[in-house]
Amino acid sequence: MGKRVGMEVSIAAAEAVKQANVDVISAYPITPQTHIVEHLSELVANGELDAEFFCVESEHSALSVCVGAAATGARAFTCTSSQGLVLMSEITYIASGLRLPMLMILSNRTISAPLSIWNDHSDVMTIRDCGWIQFFVENGQEVYDHVFVSYRLAEDQKVLFPVIVNMDGFILSHVIEPIELIAQEKIDQFLPPYQPIYRLDPDHPVTMGAFALPSIFAETKKAQEEALRSSIPKILDTWKAFGDMTGRYYHPVETYKTEDADTLLVTMGSCGETASVAVDKMREEGRSVGLVKIRLWRPFPFDDLKKATLHAKQLVVIDRAMSVGACGPVASEVKAALYGKDDRPSVYNFVAGISGRDVTPSDFVKMVGKAEIEIEQGNKEGYEMYGVRG
Amino acid sequence: MTKPESEWTWKELPVGNVVLEPGNASQYRTGDWKSLKPVLHQELCIHCGLCYIFCPDMAYNVNEESYFIADLFYCKGCGICAKECPTGAITMVLEEEEK
Repeated sequence: MGKRVGMEVSIAAAEAVKQANVDVISAYPITPQTHIVEHLSELVANGELDAEFFCVESEHSALSVCVGAAATGARAFTCTSSQGLVLMSEITYIASGLRLPMLMILSNRTISAPLSIWNDHSDVMTIRDCGWIQFFVENGQEVYDHVFVSYRLAEDQKVLFPVIVNMDGFILSHVIEPIELIAQEKIDQFLPPYQPIYRLDPDHPVTMGAFALPSIFAETKKAQEEALRSSIPKILDTWKAFGDMTGRYYHPVETYKTEDADTLLVTMGSCGETASVAVDKMREEGRSVGLVKIRLWRPFPFDDLKKATLHAKQLVVIDRAMSVGACGPVASEVKAALYGKDDRPSVYNFVAGISGRDVTPSDFVKMVGKAEIEIEQGNKEGYEMYGVRG
Repeated sequence: MTKPESEWTWKELPVGNVVLEPGNASQYRTGDWKSLKPVLHQELCIHCGLCYIFCPDMAYNVNEESYFIADLFYCKGCGICAKECPTGAITMVLEEEEK
């Protein structure tokens, strides 16, 4: 067992990036990501971390620097939130299209307008389709752990994709939690130096990011699509190896008290912990409710989700972002996963907790109750924004 | 390139579609883009080389008689050479009419 230390989750994230021995850090400050890069800049300035720290003029440049660094074979890190991610979005597609491994920690925050600094998942949903491996975590320990998992996975020559770790802004980034730190020699063993297949090298020139004619573009995207889909076994292997090292095992979709449950809450991110408190409460009252938590957002774990919801009669999917004019993005994926299944459960979708509005255990209890009544009355695929006045 | 890229399958592409052969853009026939091609009237040419200097695609080369000739494999038919020629020695003609 490693050393257990109380620290702010952002500091733990930065310490993990240091332990991962990154070569290049490039970021632009934005709330609530700031503490992560501030701490990293201190570590570099103090000589505790031997890395290049690029102070850039925008997030677009921050990610561009990471692309260039990764292309030379460096281990690159960036970190952002909200509008910063939107400004990066052009480059997110380029990083994955060029198959360059790197890590971005996204301290999730609402997209303007209205302007808001608080937490929800609207930022990452703007780049949902950008081709990165995308994880969601529930607590500080998971943030810390996924830095190592992400680099090992991203740099695997059979994977070679950039990775986003989504951590809820403020709810995780600014709280102090007990973090079990892993000894450096264990990290070094788990995470060997990055060995690229191709890299920018004047002695062996290659071209990255060349344009593609229509005659080759679709083949290139097909190769990317197949590679991302077939990264799932590698993701599982990496989590297994990490679990064997630390005792903490992670899965694409995780379940809590789902055995024989008629109703399943489906969550993503830190609200899974709150929802589990609500499930305990409802179980105590004899209600047949369980919880399914999605950890792997891309590539989407369709099979794991089907398996986790096999016996449920109804799902109550909580989205923390909107797709204005449609239903929540998580619900639409869940529905797609279940479509065509003969005895598929009803999927009732709530958008809740946008822009940092608290979602307490009693809110989850209310949502389950509301969904059960609506479904019983025939509104089997309902969608609503929870807790809106009027 | 061992075979035209239109015959490559997705499984054969290098990771990230990296181009492994330096300088292979020279194999790309940008001449396919043009509808007009430059035709030189040698009797008007004063060998000043402005067509060569202004050509944005470096399609012009000097032949053994010191005339500047556009390589139609690369020439996109933009007409800058004809516009800049001080003696009007270059005219742009539709490719199919030239025959």
